[in-house]
Amino acid sequence: MAITKEDIERLADLARLNLTPEEIEKLTGDMETIINYSMNKLNELNTDDVLPMEHVLPISNVFREDICEKSFDREEILKNAPEKAEGCFLVPKVVE
Amino acid sequence: MEYEVVIGLEIHAELDTRSKIYCGCTTEFGGEPNTHCCPICTGMPGVLPVLNKTVVEYAVRAGLAANCAISSFSKQDRKNYFYPDLPKAYQTSQYDLPLCKNGYLEIEVDGSVKKIGITRIHIEEDAGKLIHDESGKVSYVDYNRCGVPLIEIVTEPDMRSSAEVKAFFEKLKSILEYTSVSDCKMQEGSLRADVNLSVRPKGQKEFGTRTEIKNLNSVRAIVRAVDGEARRQISVLERNGVIVQETRRWDDEKGESYSMRDKEEAHDYRYFPEPDLTPVVVDEAWLDKIRSSIPELPDERRKRFIAEYGIPAYDAAFITGSKPLADFFEAAAKESKNAKAISNWIMGDVMKKLNDTGLEPLDMPIKPESLSRLVSLIDENVISGKIAKQVFEIMWDTGEDPADIVEKEGLKVVTDTEEIRSIVIQVISANPKSVEDYKSGKTKAIGFLVGQIMRETKGKADPQAVNRLLKEELDKL
Amino acid sequence: MELTKLTACKAADKIRKKEFSVPELTQAYLDRIGELNEKIGAYITVCKQDAGKQADNIQKKIDNNGELPLLAGIPAGISDNICTSGVLTSCGSRMLSNFVPPYDATAVKKLSQNGAVMLGKLNMDEFAMGSSNETSWYGQVKNPLDYGRVPGGSSGGAAAAVASQMACFALGSDTGGSVRLASSFCGVVGLKPTYGAVSRYGLVAFASSMDQIAPVTRDVADCAAVMNSIAGHDPLDSTSRDYGHEDYTLSLKSDVKGLKIGLPKEYFSGGIQKEVKEKVLDAAKVFESLGAEIEEISLPLLEYALPAYYIISSAEASSNLAQYDGIKYGYRTRQFEDLVDLYKKTRGEGFGEEVKRRILVGTYVLGAGNYDACYNKALKVKRMIFEEYQNAYQKVEVILVPTAPSTAFKIGEKTADLLDMYLNDVYTVPVNLAGLCAISVPCGFDSSGLPVGMQLIGKPYDEGTILRAAFTYEKYTGGNGGIDCGI
Repeated sequence: MAITKEDIERLADLARLNLTPEEIEKLTGDMETIINYSMNKLNELNTDDVLPMEHVLPISNVFREDICEKSFDREEILKNAPEKAEGCFLVPKVVE
Repeated sequence: MEYEVVIGLEIHAELDTRSKIYCGCTTEFGGEPNTHCCPICTGMPGVLPVLNKTVVEYAVRAGLAANCAISSFSKQDRKNYFYPDLPKAYQTSQYDLPLCKNGYLEIEVDGSVKKIGITRIHIEEDAGKLIHDESGKVSYVDYNRCGVPLIEIVTEPDMRSSAEVKAFFEKLKSILEYTSVSDCKMQEGSLRADVNLSVRPKGQKEFGTRTEIKNLNSVRAIVRAVDGEARRQISVLERNGVIVQETRRWDDEKGESYSMRDKEEAHDYRYFPEPDLTPVVVDEAWLDKIRSSIPELPDERRKRFIAEYGIPAYDAAFITGSKPLADFFEAAAKESKNAKAISNWIMGDVMKKLNDTGLEPLDMPIKPESLSRLVSLIDENVISGKIAKQVFEIMWDTGEDPADIVEKEGLKVVTDTEEIRSIVIQVISANPKSVEDYKSGKTKAIGFLVGQIMRETKGKADPQAVNRLLKEELDKL
Repeated sequence: MELTKLTACKAADKIRKKEFSVPELTQAYLDRIGELNEKIGAYITVCKQDAGKQADNIQKKIDNNGELPLLAGIPAGISDNICTSGVLTSCGSRMLSNFVPPYDATAVKKLSQNGAVMLGKLNMDEFAMGSSNETSWYGQVKNPLDYGRVPGGSSGGAAAAVASQMACFALGSDTGGSVRLASSFCGVVGLKPTYGAVSRYGLVAFASSMDQIAPVTRDVADCAAVMNSIAGHDPLDSTSRDYGHEDYTLSLKSDVKGLKIGLPKEYFSGGIQKEVKEKVLDAAKVFESLGAEIEEISLPLLEYALPAYYIISSAEASSNLAQYDGIKYGYRTRQFEDLVDLYKKTRGEGFGEEVKRRILVGTYVLGAGNYDACYNKALKVKRMIFEEYQNAYQKVEVILVPTAPSTAFKIGEKTADLLDMYLNDVYTVPVNLAGLCAISVPCGFDSSGLPVGMQLIGKPYDEGTILRAAFTYEKYTGGNGGIDCGI
C-alpha cells in the first residue's frame, strides 16, 4: 500500500493534528513502513473463518444500578480548564 | 408533474432514568452549568464507563412496544468526532449490533391504517450544551446533559406526507410515555427528530436524493419542515435543478430550511467496538421480565376507555394519545359519574390552557379529583356551566379545590325562587321595550331579558328557574 | 543498615518490630531521590511534604498498636499515567503537563488503604508509547546500571526507581510489555497481571483492551504482596473481574516439582542476543533440576503478534487520545483563529512525534475503507493467537521465554529505525493480546554486566503459578533482586 503526503494530511486533519511540512514528510515514510510491515505480515494468514475478537474476557452484562450519586463540585470539574467563565468551559465561538 | 414525498425519521428520546448512562450523576433537567458532572461524564483522563442497567431495560421496553426483535447479543461502539459538546471526543453508541431492530408501528391517517417500519432502536449518550455568546467571540460549554441516556429510533422511509409523519411521531411519543421510557418533554429537548426527505416523480421506483433536517423539537416544526423541504425540493426539480445530499437546518420562524454548509463529506466516524464496556446479552428470562413490566399501551387503552367509560371513539383516541392526559382522565373519570363531561373539559378548556401556557400535560397545575368535583358541582346544580369556567380559571391559577372556590367567591347558584322572582320583576319593569317586543311575538326578546337577569345575579341564578319565572311574570302582564 | 536496600516485605517486618520508623524509612528514600534523581530522571514529581505527612500518620497508627495493613509504611513510586488526586499526572506529555486530577486511581486508593507512602510520580514514555523511555516530554530516564543506556519502557521511571532504590516498589503500566521490558533492562521483577485482575480506573488509557497496572518490585515476594494490595474487582471498571481474588503470598512456596514448563522454540530464534538465549535456557535447566518438566512447544504465530498488537493498540489510542483537545484540561495553544485551529495547534504542539505517529496509524486503520482490511484483520489474528495459547496450556502450565531479545541498549541506538525499536516488544505483546499474565524475573547478566530477564507466562488468572515458579527460581539462585547499582 502506498501512502502519500495527501493521505497523511487527510488523516492529520481527521485527527486534528497540526503537522509541520517536515513532520508530514517524515510521517509519510514512517506510516508506509509501519502499515506495509504490519499488513503484509498479517495478510500471510488466512483468517476467512476466524471471528474478530474484541474482548479477551468472556464476560457480558456488567451494569450499575440506576442510582444517583453526588456529582463533583463544579470547581473540581473546572479546575484544570485552560479558559473558563460563568461556570462553563470556554471555546472559540462555534459557528453552526 | 406530480411528485411523491418519501420521508424517514431519526428520533432521539432521552430516557427517564434517575442517573446518567455511564455514571451516577443525575439526569435532572436544568441546574447551574456543570453541576451535574463528574470526571466520567466530562471525559477526564483514565476514567471508565459502567452501563446503567435501567437504560437497557428501557430501550428493550421501547423495542417491545414498537414490535421490534430484541437482539440477544449486542454491543456498544465508539463514534469518533471532535466537537466541544463531546468531552471524550467520541460518543458511545451502537453501530452494527443495536439492541432492537425490525419493528413497526401502525398509524391511522384519513381512516386508513398503515404500517411504518422501524429499522432499529439503539442506546447512546447525549452530548453537552453550547451556549453561544451573541456579542463576543466565545461559546460556553455546559456538560450537564453529557451522558444522559438516549435511544435513537430509526424508521424506514415509509412515510409519504407530513400527516403521516405527524401521526407516526405522536404514536411513538405516546408509546414512549406509556412505557415510562421517556418523559418526552419536547421543550426540554427530551424528544427531538431528524427528518430524512426526498421527492420523486409519482410512479418512479428509485428514491430521489435525500436531505437531512436536523434537530426538530416540536411537532409543529416537524410538520412545517416536512412540507417546506418537500416544496423546496420539488421546486428545485421543476427548475431542472439538482438536489444536493446534505444536512440542513430548519428555521421555524422564517419557515425555510438552510444548508449547514459544514464539511459533512469529510466525516469519517471510525466506529469501533467500545473496549471499556462488555457486550449486552438479553436472555429469555430477562426479556420476559421486561415484557411483563410494560403497561397497557395506547391502542388497548383507547378501546378500554370506550367500553369502560362510554366516551366517544374520537375522545378516546385523542385522550389516550398522551399518557399523562389519559392518566389524568382516568383518575378524574373514576371519581365521577359523568365521564363524558370530564373528557369534554379535557379536550376543551384543559387543552386550551395547556396550549396557551405551553405546559406539558404532566405539569398540569390541577388535580384530576378537582376536575371531577367541578363536574359534580355542575351536575348537582350547585354552579352553572358559565360559573364553572370562572372556577376552572381559579383552580388553574391557585390549585384550590373547586368547592372551596365556590364557597369563598360566593358563586353558588341562586335557587331561592322569591329572590329570583324579585329580580325578574325588576328587569321587566326596567325594559318595557323588550317586553312589548315579546308581547308582539318577537320571542327573541326573551333572550335579552334572560341575559339581563343573569347579569343582575352575576350568572349565579339557576337558569331553569329564571326561564320559568320570567315566563310566568310576562304572562301575568 | 541501609534502609533503602530492604525489600518491601523485609522493611514492613522491621517497621512492625519498631527497628526503625516509617518517617526514617521515608526520609531515607527522599534522600536517595535527592541524590540520584537528577542523574537518572526517574521522577517527574517528588511529593516530599505529602510523603512526610503520610509517613507520620502511619507511624502514629503503629505507635498506637493499631491493626496494620500489609504495606504499612512502605514508600512507593507511581507511574505518571496513574491518576493521583491533587498531584500532577502528566503521562510524560506536554499535553498533560499541568493536569492535576481531582480523583485517585483505584489502585492508588488501594495502596493508600494498605498503608503505602507515595514518594512521587514516575517518568515514562509519553502516554506509555515507547520501549526506551526516550519519548517523554520530561526527558530521558537513564538505566541506573549504565547511564548511557535506556531503562526500557514505557515504565522506565518505575523500573529505574526500584533498581536504584529510589522507591521500595513502584506501579507502572503494561500495555505491550512496558513493565516487563523495563524490569528486565533494569534487573528487577515486573508482573503483568491478567487483563481484568487489577482495576484500570484512573489509569490513563493507551490501549484499553490491553492496558493493565503492573507492579515493579525488588523480588518476587514483594510482587505478591503488592498484588494482594491492588488486585480485585472494582465496580468502576466494567472489565475488572471478580475471580475470587486469591492471597498471592500463599503462592510463595519453593516447589516446582512436576510443574510443566513449555519452551516455545520460536522465542529462541531470529534476532535474539546470544547471551539472552543462553541465560534463559540456563534458567530452564535450573527448573528442570528442581523437578519441573520442561517441554519444547511451538507457538508459530509469534511473529504475527507484534503487527496485530501495533494495529489494535494504535486504533484504540487514536480514540483514547482524542479527548486531549485543549478545552477541559491540559495544554492549550496560545494563539488560534477558530475552534478547528485551536484543536489542531493544541494537539500538534502538545503531543510528541511517537504519539502523533500512533494516532495517525490508528486513524488510518479505523478509517472508512481500511477497517476490515486492517483493524478487523488484526482482531481476527488476535483470536488466532489467543487460541494458540489456550491450546498450549492444554499441555503445559507455564511458558518460559526471554522478556526481550536483548539487554538494555544505548540511548539513541534504536531511535532511527522504527521497526527495530518496536521489535523490543516482540516477546511481550502476545501476553497482552491474549489477556494472559506474565512475570519478568532477572536471570543473570550478559558480558557487559547488564541484566537479562526471563518471562514466565501463565494462564489467565493463574498469577499464583507463575509467582510460585518465579519464587522458587529466585530462592534457588539467590536472584539479583538485591542488585547494587554500583552507585
